[in-house]
Amino acid sequence: MNELASKPPAKRPEFRNIHALRDLPGYRLPLAGLVSILHRISGALMFLLLPFIIWMFDTSVSSEISFTRFTGAFNKGVGPLAGWFMKLVALALIWAFLHHLIAGLRHLWMDVHHAVDAQFGKRSAAVTLVLSVALTVILGAKLLGAY
Amino acid sequence: MAVNFGSRRIVVGAHYGLRDWLSQRVTAALMALFTLALLLQVVLSKGPLGYDRWAAIFSTQWMKVLTFVVIVALIYHVWVGMRDIWMDYIKPVSLRLSLQVFTIAWLVGCAGWSIQVLWRL
Repeated sequence: MNELASKPPAKRPEFRNIHALRDLPGYRLPLAGLVSILHRISGALMFLLLPFIIWMFDTSVSSEISFTRFTGAFNKGVGPLAGWFMKLVALALIWAFLHHLIAGLRHLWMDVHHAVDAQFGKRSAAVTLVLSVALTVILGAKLLGAY
Repeated sequence: MAVNFGSRRIVVGAHYGLRDWLSQRVTAALMALFTLALLLQVVLSKGPLGYDRWAAIFSTQWMKVLTFVVIVALIYHVWVGMRDIWMDYIKPVSLRLSLQVFTIAWLVGCAGWSIQVLWRL
C-alpha cells in the first residue's frame, strides 16, 4: 500500500440546501459564476429602474424645456433627490447595461461557436469583468466631470 | 403505451424552453444592434450634443420604427428574464404568481409610456 492510498481523503466543504447568509459569503464562485450572477443582478436592477430610464428618455427628447429639466436633475437635483445621487444611479445603470451587454455577447459567442470548454469560459469571464468595469470607470469619470 | 393526453397527461414542462432560449437571443441581438446604431449616430454627430441633435436622432422615421421594435423586444426579453428569476428563487405559488402578474403590469405600463413618448416626437 503506498502512502497516497493510505491517507484519509481530505475533508472538503459540502454545500447542500444553500443558505444565503451562512454559506454564500464563504463560497468561492468561479469567474464564470460571478459573471453569471452579476448578469442576473444587473438585469433585475435595470428592470426595477425601467421607469427612471423611460423618464430620462421622455424628458430628454420631448421638448427644449423638459431637456433642461433632464440636465438639471443631474446638476441641481430633482425633488428631494440630490444631483450627485442621480449621477450615482445613472452610474449604476451604466455598469448594469455594460455588464449585461458584454455578458450577453459572451453568451451569443459561445452559442455560435460551441465554445464550452472551461478554459474559454474562465478567460471570457475575466474579459467580461475587466471590460465592463473599465468602461464603467471611463464613462463614470465623464459623468462626474473628471474630463 | 400509457395514456398521455387530456387529464392524464404527464406534465413534464411547459414546452417553452427552446422558444424562450431563442427569443432571448434574438431580442438581445436586436437590442445590441440598436445600441450600435444609436451610438454611431451620437458619435458621428458634430458639435455638442444638445436637445436639437439628440431629439433629431429619434425623430427620423426609420429610427422611430427601430426604437418601437426594440421596445417590444426589450419587454419580451425582460419578461423571460424576470420570470426565470421568480421561478428560481420564489417557491410559494401564490407569491410567485403575484410577482409574475406585477412584472407583466410593470412591463406593459413601461411599454405604454415609452411608446407614447416615441409617438409624439
